[in-house]
Amino acid sequence: MKFTKEHEWLRVEGDLLVVGITEHAAEALGDVVFIELPELETQVAAGDEVCVIESVKAASDILAPVDGEIVAVNDRLAENPGLVNEDPLGYWFFKMKVEDLGVIDQFMDEDEYKELIG
Amino acid sequence: MADGLLRLGLHDLHVALGGRMVPFAGYEMPVQYPAGVMKEHLHCRAAAGLFDVSHMGQVILRPRSGPSGDMAALVTGFEALMPVDVAGLARGRQRYGLFTNATGGILDDLMFANRGDHLFVVVNAACKAADIAHMQAHLSAVAEVIPVTDRALLALQGPLAERALARLVPQVTAMRFMDVGVFGDVWVSRSGYTGEDGFEISLPQAQAEGFARQLLAMAEVLPIGLGARDSLRLEAGLCLYGHDIDTTTSPVEAGLGWAIQKSRREGPRAGGFPGAERILGELRDGPARLRVGLRPAGRAPMRDGTALYDGDAQVGVICSGGFGPSVDGPIAMAYVPRALAAPGTALTGEVRGKRLPVSVAPLPFHPTSYKR
Repeated sequence: MKFTKEHEWLRVEGDLLVVGITEHAAEALGDVVFIELPELETQVAAGDEVCVIESVKAASDILAPVDGEIVAVNDRLAENPGLVNEDPLGYWFFKMKVEDLGVIDQFMDEDEYKELIG
Repeated sequence: MADGLLRLGLHDLHVALGGRMVPFAGYEMPVQYPAGVMKEHLHCRAAAGLFDVSHMGQVILRPRSGPSGDMAALVTGFEALMPVDVAGLARGRQRYGLFTNATGGILDDLMFANRGDHLFVVVNAACKAADIAHMQAHLSAVAEVIPVTDRALLALQGPLAERALARLVPQVTAMRFMDVGVFGDVWVSRSGYTGEDGFEISLPQAQAEGFARQLLAMAEVLPIGLGARDSLRLEAGLCLYGHDIDTTTSPVEAGLGWAIQKSRREGPRAGGFPGAERILGELRDGPARLRVGLRPAGRAPMRDGTALYDGDAQVGVICSGGFGPSVDGPIAMAYVPRALAAPGTALTGEVRGKRLPVSVAPLPFHPTSYKR
């Protein structure tokens, strides 16, 4: 598993990149009450806002970590947003098809991420 | 923490309780504790929540001695600043008040209590310096304006607040909504800003931590941060100064006409407060716009700043909005033209570029449970 400085986790599943948010992000957001997932088959560029997460306190975004196509979204989260707080590493938000899964190497490993969040 | 922020007297207690401290109105304040906004909110509605509201301004107005220095002169002077009946407030009672400006806008909202030989006033943190200057400018001939800076202010709110507080201050069981009492060093009012029954407790700073810890040791009581304070007051349809009311909104537009008693509308004490022409005119003819409740149709919250549309025409902007944990859905408030203010009126709100359905809803969103 890899981590972005925007507090997303990334893992490879077959030929897809799977994206979720870290425990640190979920804790900082607080109780999540609404999640808007991207449309399927959307082409996205790294840094695009692809999901909206609303907590009781505020709205924030999930950014596409890399260029690619959204090929799956986790409807369970849209139906029950609070699952993110229960188990952030257990619930993915979307899966992407990317040209080269090697792009994941540019991101932090767990130790580097732990250092980032102190 | 950030430069220039003041610390509450109970700062160390908040940190020890795991409070996440954020800047608010010039203070470092706990926005939430480990339970989180949702649980804190629901706990306050079900049991009792303890809030540290020591950032708010506590002020004593004491009549000056001498020929003009009596309560009557203070009351008259105070009535000249607010469209509110001060003279009719009985000893031992508290009332909601509003300082207005010459154009009928609101400088601040406040609580004031008749404590026999003086008035006790509680004002918003962000406005307190201006409020104190305002009172000094207009009341110094008739009263000493004494900021109370050595006392904490706690709020204990919720259906079990009475049971919890009565273990420390047994007299509170005899109080009803908006009563005030002085019990030794502890000043209590049966009021708050959550829509729940509850109390606000002013006490010497030196006693505050011990008092708070005794309450927190009770099974009924959890500490509650600013996050849940905001969602609780929004569900109760209560205004947050700077969001829902300000110097451009009149009390009548804000739906606070109930705070303007009959004695200030007609008869010998009618008018005579700043902005009376506009405020009395709006009471007579109806205001052009009104503060309303809003229920978004979907699950997406519509927050402060969301533009509202009636067809293609923008008709307002949301002034407070978020998620109501007890309502279990998004809720908001906004000013809309009077013709669109009836509950059920269908509008749209623009969220991230999309116009989403929202309808005007009665306030409060969650029923209040004051002990009248």
